This record gives sequence, structure tokens and C-alpha cells, in this order.
Amino acid sequence: MLQIKNLHASVENKSILKGINLEVKAGEVHAIMGPNGSGKSTLASVIAGKEEYEVEKGQILLNGEDLEDLAAEERAHKGIFLSFQYPVEIPGVSVTNFIKTAINETRKAKGLEDMPAKDMLKMIREKAEMLEIDRKFLSRSLNEGFSGGEKKRNEIFQMAMLEPKLAILDETDSGLDIDALRIVANGVNKLKSKDNAVVVITHYQRLLDYIVPDFVHVLYNGRIVKSGGKELAHELEEKGYDWVKEEVNA
Amino acid sequence: MSKYTEDDLREELKTKEYEYGFYTDIESDTFPIGLNEDIVRAISKKKEEPEWMTEWRLEAFKVWKSMEEPNWANVNYKKPDFQSIAYYSAPKTIDPNKTLDDVDPDLLAMYKKLGISVDEQKKMNNVAMDIVVDSVSVATTFKKTLGEKGIIFMPISEAIQEHPELVKKYIGTIVPTKDNFYAALNSAVFSDGSFCYIPKGVKCPMELSTYFRINQGGTGQFERTLVIADEGSYVSYLEGCTAPSRDENQLHAAVVELIALDDAEIKYSTVQNWYPGNDKGVGGVYNFVTKRGLCEKNAKISWTQVETGSAVTWKYPSCVLKGDNSVGEFYSIAVTNNYQQADTGTKMIHLGKNTKSTIISKGISAGKSQNSYRGLVQVSSRADNARNFSQCDSLLMGNECGAHTFPYIEAKNKSAMIEHEATTSKIGEDQIFYCNQRGIDTEKAIALIVNGFSKEVLNKLPMEFAVEAQKLLEISLEGSVG
Repeated sequence: MLQIKNLHASVENKSILKGINLEVKAGEVHAIMGPNGSGKSTLASVIAGKEEYEVEKGQILLNGEDLEDLAAEERAHKGIFLSFQYPVEIPGVSVTNFIKTAINETRKAKGLEDMPAKDMLKMIREKAEMLEIDRKFLSRSLNEGFSGGEKKRNEIFQMAMLEPKLAILDETDSGLDIDALRIVANGVNKLKSKDNAVVVITHYQRLLDYIVPDFVHVLYNGRIVKSGGKELAHELEEKGYDWVKEEVNA
Repeated sequence: MSKYTEDDLREELKTKEYEYGFYTDIESDTFPIGLNEDIVRAISKKKEEPEWMTEWRLEAFKVWKSMEEPNWANVNYKKPDFQSIAYYSAPKTIDPNKTLDDVDPDLLAMYKKLGISVDEQKKMNNVAMDIVVDSVSVATTFKKTLGEKGIIFMPISEAIQEHPELVKKYIGTIVPTKDNFYAALNSAVFSDGSFCYIPKGVKCPMELSTYFRINQGGTGQFERTLVIADEGSYVSYLEGCTAPSRDENQLHAAVVELIALDDAEIKYSTVQNWYPGNDKGVGGVYNFVTKRGLCEKNAKISWTQVETGSAVTWKYPSCVLKGDNSVGEFYSIAVTNNYQQADTGTKMIHLGKNTKSTIISKGISAGKSQNSYRGLVQVSSRADNARNFSQCDSLLMGNECGAHTFPYIEAKNKSAMIEHEATTSKIGEDQIFYCNQRGIDTEKAIALIVNGFSKEVLNKLPMEFAVEAQKLLEISLEGSVG
């Protein structure tokens, strides 16, 4: 599904990713952990195609296709979804209108007609129910005045609607209370299948109790310095990141 | 599709011609250029107007000659040479007795290009169109349905003939000939426009609509619109316009007068899409419009405008709240791109007691354009308990455009309550990236954000107009990214 080969990336001439190698296969859940400033969010943005980030070296392949020349929306059309750490507000644009536009633009890119309103409505209803989202919520302006939990739930709702191949969840647990965390995690688990993959970026182990990863990677100073199974996350939770840093610096 | 990059898109948009930039070759009957008393007389004669109308025009012309073009607005342009404009141009093939079926096929083809085929209109029960092409109305529909209710909806030139008492009583009472330079000019040379009268207690069953456009190169267009809502009546009036692409600047100086008698309500909606000039700032329409309404007791006038076109716009639809408990509203979206300049807003003149006004203005600036809101809220000493709420929001795209707000408040009554809110925001890269990430390309993302920003005003438009207006916002801002 996703192959990252020796990826170097910078923003404003500041080198942040310094040689990332990662392979994510369909049906897998990977967790990327690491201390603040290690490059986790940068990695997410670079995969999604944010223009400000410059890829200096290396490759990102999605199902064998090099993403280098693809704009962010084209990557989205190919099935990459990023759940933002800080979702933006768009005043006056309702959640429903936004997701409708996103779905139909993606369909248009694939040469398909707009989704019939009836089907759209049905899908919205199903997914909203799955994530315990209130109908009234859907008519509100996108992220405007949303609580932290509402914002994250809205991100997962969009993921559910767009049915991506590769979902990257960037600090989805931040700002969530325990109930919201469970709802969001359950949503992600229901969306998981053998045909898609999930990359969970998180600072804490907490979310990984609910979304259980097949692999855990530790990102430090722009490199993946350690990889392991889910037990690695527990170890990090217990011991913090210092021992990893020490290992690297030694 | 996968090879279609952002750069390709940008390139394509750059070369995109003005959507309505075509020119139909219809034989025209155009007067010699220039303006003098003889031309004014000739226009009046051409229209077979009664003596009082001719005199009224001549009086206005005299006033105009003594006036100077105003220059207080926040716009810069080369002043038109009023002696190099032809003041009358009518499609030659007109015959007052013809039906829709007799309309010049070239004209019909043109409507089709504009997306307003007359055939379609016949089927659309809710919109009666009085189409003005180059100064003369050529097709009026739904006259019968309206006639049964006693509603008069016709070109003003016909109304002068058929209902002189109404025209004579009201024309120039709201916008006097000497009101301003352009109003005086319009009064002297107006070619045609719409006239509408709703009798006492009648609720007009359909939206009344007029399409204006400029066709003949170098022709000024001077419409005159007069809407009278008699006591307790209601009317919703739509005005939209498109103009074909021309290189020389075209002058457009319309006057609209609304009269809402006791307990009457007028809703006046405009979508303005005159040619804005090209991306170098060459060409485009000068749109100098005077629009004003008078509210008697318990009456209400609501102006809604979507201004996307014209090189230079100078326009302040206003309400004179003369009667007690009367209500004035102004909802505006003004979009400027490239080198467009807009100075637009409203005047709410509170004269009666318990009068209320609401102003919602949304300015969107892109490219190298300048977008100004200019508004006056005036409360007279007799206007006890007058209320005003104003909200002016500006949205900027890029670093080379400007948004300006000039609110004037004059309150002479201590019980007045006036509120003014203003915000300025910029479309952020983060917003765009968020949309991109969801599969929405940058152009579409901007359209989405702009439509969201304008929503409060778009919601005030009649349904069929709102859809058109949204499309216009998108078209107007195309190519503004980068």
C-alpha cells in the first residue's frame, strides 16, 4: 500500500525528515510515536502533499505509484486521508455541504457523476449513527465553535464518508475525553478492513489501547529509530522516550 | 486527470475568456454621438413622449450641465468623455405589436447564450421577465396573469404612454433630477427600463424580473426603473445583468426608485455581472448607479445585491425610512478581482419613529482590486427609538488587494441605538490545504469558502437567483489563486 523510501523533507530550508523508511501493507495498522518535534506531523503533511514541505530526497509510493508530482487533492482522490491534528474552521459551510463537495469532487476526478442525493443522505445517516453524531451537528459550520472532541469526531466522520485506502490519524486522541476517545476509536476499528491501512500518529499510548497496532515505530530527530510490535508502545508508556534517545545518541 | 496539475489549471484559467463575452450582430438604430438639447429632444421624440416628459428631461439636462462629476469615492478611473457616447441605441427590428414568437431570432439566440431562453420563461410560472436589450424592452411575458391582479409591469416607455398619471406622480420624487451628476444625466437621457405598480393589498404572485445588458459597442445605457407598491401590497423584484466583452469603457448610469406606501413591502434583488475588464484592467463597464427607496408607515424595503462585475462600481442602494415603524434592509456581496474597483454601500435615513434598519455587507477582494464599503446611518431628531445594526465583513485573497470600510453615523436623537460590527479575514493556506486534502481543488475550495462567507446574504436571495449568484461568485474569482 504505502512505501516510503529514504525520505528527506524540509520546510523553510529547515531539514526535518532525515531518511524515513516505512512500509505499510493493506490490512495493517501502524503507530508512529515519538517525542515532540520529532517530525511526526511533518511526515503526515508530506504524505498528504502539503506544498510548503519540500521533499529533498527519497520517494513516497502508494500502491507502487510515485506521489511526487501529485497535488494534495490528487493524492486524496487516490485514497489518502489525513485526520488533522488541528482541523480548520470554514465559516458558513456546513459539515454536510463540505462532505458532499469532497465526495463529489473525488467522484468527478474519477469520471463519475455526482452521488445521488438519496444515497448521500443514506450514507450520512449511517456514518453519523456509527459515530454517535447528532443530526444538528451536521448543519453547523465546519469546525466553527466545535469542542476539541467534536472536531476530532468530525474528522473521523469525514474519513468514514470518504472511505480512504490509507488513513493517517494525526494526534487524533488529543483533546478527547475518554468517552469521545472510545467512540472515535470504535469508528476507526469499524472502518478497518483488509483492503485499507491506518497510520496512527500519537504521542501517548492511550489511543493504542483502543486502536491496536500491528507495528509501532518510534520517530526521533527525523528518523525511525526503533520499530516493534504493540508491546513497544507499552514500554514507551512506562519508560518514556529518554531511553530511546539515549540508545540513539550512544 | 492525474496529469492535470495545479499549474495546468492555473494556465487554463488565465486564458479563460469572460463567460458572457460574445457580441451579437443585430442591426442597430444608433443616434449620433454627443449630448446636447437636440439629442435629449430626439430621444424623447423617438419614444413619442408627451410634452411634460420632454420638458422634464430638458430640465434635468440643464441641471446636469451645471454639475460636476463627483470624485469623493475611493475609485480611480479615466473620466468618461460624455460627448463621445451615443445616447440611444435600439434593436432596429422592433415592433410594439409583436408576440414572443416574432422576436428576432438573433436576439433569441443571444438569450439562449445567456441561459434565459424565452421559451423556457413561458414555462417557468414563477418568473415573469421584462428583458431589456440595448435600451428597449423587446419581450414581456406573463402580462395577462399580472393584469388580472391589476399589477402593471411594463417598460417605462410604455408606462409613460399608458399610465402617465402614475409616472408623472412618482418619477423623480425619490431620486430628484438634481440629486447627483449621474442621476441628472440619467433623467435627461434615460432610454428605457421597467415600471411596476402593485395595487392596494395585492401580493404579487410571482417574482418580477428584468434582464439588462449592453450590446452595442460604445453605447451608454441609462435605465430608469420605478416600482410603486401601493398600501399593503408586496412585490419581489429581481434584476440581473450581463454584458458582452468590449474594449472601450462603457458607461452605465441607472436610476432606480422604489416607493413603498403604508404597510407595503418591496424586496429588490440584483445580480450585477457587467463586463469587469480583462486581467490587465483594460475595458470594463463603469457602473454609476443611484438606487433609493421610500418607506411610508409600517413599510419595508429590502435591497439585496450581488456585485461581481464592472470595472468601476459606485452604488449605494438606500432607504428613506419616512413612516413610523418602517424597516430598511441592505444585504450586499461585492466581489472585486484583477483591477476592479468597487465603492458600494447604503444609506439608511431614519426619519420616522421606531424605524429599523439592518446592513449586512460582505466584501471579497482578490487580485489587485480595491473594495470599499461606504455607508451612512442617519437618525433625525424626530426619529425616536430608531435602531440600526450594521455588519461589514471583508475577505481578502492575496497581498495586493485592498478592503476599506467607511461607515458614517449621524444621530440627532438620543434614543437611537446604532451598532456596527466589522471583521477582516484572509483565506488561509491552512484552509486551502484542508480542502485539498479532502479532494477539493484550490479553485473549488475558494468558491466554497467564499460562498460560506457570503451565506447570510445569499440566503436573502430568491432561490433561483441564489444558484446563479453562487455560480457568478465562482466565475468571478477564477484565476485569482496563485
